[in-house]
Amino acid sequence: MELLLSILIDGLAYGMILFIISVGLSITMGLMRVVNLAHGVFAMLGGFLMVAVGSRFGLRPEMAAMLAVIAVGALALPLEKLIFRRVYGRSELQQVLLTIGLVFIGIAAVGTVFGNSLLAIPLPEYLKRSVDIGFRVIPMHRLAVVTAGLAVLVGLWFLFTKTRFGINIRASVDKAAAAEALGIDTSKVYRLGFMLGAALAALGGILGAELLPLEPYYPLKYLVLVLAIVAVGGMGSVFGSFMAALVLGTVETAAKYLMPEIASIMFYLTMLVVLSWRPHGLFGRQL
Amino acid sequence: MKSATRKALFSAAALFFSTSVVGAEVVKVGVIGPFSGPFAGAFGTPFRQGVEAYVAMHGNKAGGAEIQFIYRDLAGPDPQKARSLAQELVVKDKVQYLAGVVFTPNAMAIAPLSQSAKVPMVIFNASTSVVVSKSDYFVRTSNTLPQVTVPVAKYALDHDIKSAITIVSDYGPGIDAEKAFSKTFEQGGGKIVDSIRMPLSTTDFGPFLQKIRAAKPESLFAFLPFGPPTYGFVKAYNDNALEQAGIKFLGTAETQESDLQALGDGAIGLETAYFYSGAHDSPENKAFVETLKKLDPKAIANPATVSAFDGTHVIYKMVEATGGEVDGDKAIEAIKGLSWESPRGPVTIDAKTRDIIQNVYMRRVEKDSDGKLVNREFKVYEAQPDYGLTLGE
Repeated sequence: MELLLSILIDGLAYGMILFIISVGLSITMGLMRVVNLAHGVFAMLGGFLMVAVGSRFGLRPEMAAMLAVIAVGALALPLEKLIFRRVYGRSELQQVLLTIGLVFIGIAAVGTVFGNSLLAIPLPEYLKRSVDIGFRVIPMHRLAVVTAGLAVLVGLWFLFTKTRFGINIRASVDKAAAAEALGIDTSKVYRLGFMLGAALAALGGILGAELLPLEPYYPLKYLVLVLAIVAVGGMGSVFGSFMAALVLGTVETAAKYLMPEIASIMFYLTMLVVLSWRPHGLFGRQL
Repeated sequence: MKSATRKALFSAAALFFSTSVVGAEVVKVGVIGPFSGPFAGAFGTPFRQGVEAYVAMHGNKAGGAEIQFIYRDLAGPDPQKARSLAQELVVKDKVQYLAGVVFTPNAMAIAPLSQSAKVPMVIFNASTSVVVSKSDYFVRTSNTLPQVTVPVAKYALDHDIKSAITIVSDYGPGIDAEKAFSKTFEQGGGKIVDSIRMPLSTTDFGPFLQKIRAAKPESLFAFLPFGPPTYGFVKAYNDNALEQAGIKFLGTAETQESDLQALGDGAIGLETAYFYSGAHDSPENKAFVETLKKLDPKAIANPATVSAFDGTHVIYKMVEATGGEVDGDKAIEAIKGLSWESPRGPVTIDAKTRDIIQNVYMRRVEKDSDGKLVNREFKVYEAQPDYGLTLGE
């Protein structure tokens, strides 16, 4: 019983971290159909900016994190205008080639500016503690990540289903010509969507850093992980990513408790099973 | 400006030698290491800094010859490329000595070349026991895994720790470390409760540590590769409050200097056994660290830096012994049994195995007066050999 509870608690916490680091990508890649392999670059930038800004101005970690997320979102604007816009609607290969190039530029740039070593994200005191629940302890920051993950999920659900912007973005992606004919400024919608994706990537990079520590090779190292979650969840579905992250996180965690040697195989095995059962992912829409 | 003075010095020296010491020559040394890529921070850059610190302290001459270092980039484990780089260095660049190498497979690939061409090679890292025996011209200035693991098991036994769980990354060095620890610990009467092998790609270590917490051993012995895995593991050890549960952390290179500051205050109190601490208290280490900082204020003295520094010392001794002439046999003979005071403490090249014999220190992570974390040595296991060959399977 305790074992089962432990698996569920750790699985949920791990799944939430997986969700938080991949949710940005499920927007750019899933909703906007840009195969953005440079997702991790935005995530990493978020973390590095947070530390740079925080230590430069002596800000509290929460404040620095918020500024970094906004800054990365803002930085995405010129990048979208100069680079990404050119590959919207082009073949996947072209998008892959472009964005993987950005990954290498990101790795080299961050390595040169910040050095080729690990970056520790400062945590506020109250997140450094652990809560004792009798038979085990739970680190506070995991609880914070679970809360943040749920907040992001609810926020995005609201944004995409209840607001004008959400309707516009879904319309622009599905039928760009028709959307334009109806007077929707699609390029503006794309721009905002892209900025949102980048900002969420930064948020994920910062919140997930306890498990996936930031360093220059971050964008390449965890690329497969985030792609796997978006693929299993289904392109274009934020809720799908959420479910995929929870399922994969729990399966891997269970394997860690029961059969540690095959824990990472279990992750990919689950992916294999899900994708052969539903090639478009759990909640993917047939395109 | 600095390089201008250095250039002037070099040309003055060149002039001096070209006129006064007839027959003086240049001895080239090829250094192979990851000077770019993910391992540059922990190994490649320290290699170069270690060599440059030695040259800055002892000049660029030995035995009447000028020593030149040629660096070749080998970003990761790639035996094919290791071999061709070494070959190119020997054949085209005419190097007399080879040095560097982080990964065991790379060293293994170079061994046949070193053997047949009689080119001495100083290994700066590759720490699998068997490496040095693969060529009669190999010598190692880093360490082997059993060399640092056996002392930590002895330490546990000395402190009446009766039970342990080993938890290692599931790859060659991790399994070697697990075996060396378990064997020593069990021979001394300790009990290994469980041996956990974690997949290399693990990012969430929480479940493993919860499992250990439930099993309640007196200690855990961990071995993980440098960088992100170590960082994640140490964080998880603290987050899951294992220390409060009375489970002592025992490790080796987990708190090594290039990751130490990033580990943060959570690392305070961790005990590890290793051959070099940046905070080693000796005049040799002080001079070494000062020179490093002078050459590059951002440099951090870590085990790789000191291995390269000592490796350079060995090369200088070989050049001295041969007077700069090409004679691999004479060179390697000259350093068998060589002893000196390294920044890490007293060391000797084993006359039989050509491996390094050195002190292994128990250290505890503490906060220094300037707020930086350091590995403070508190116990010495003197003159430890490589136990890898005697320990057996």
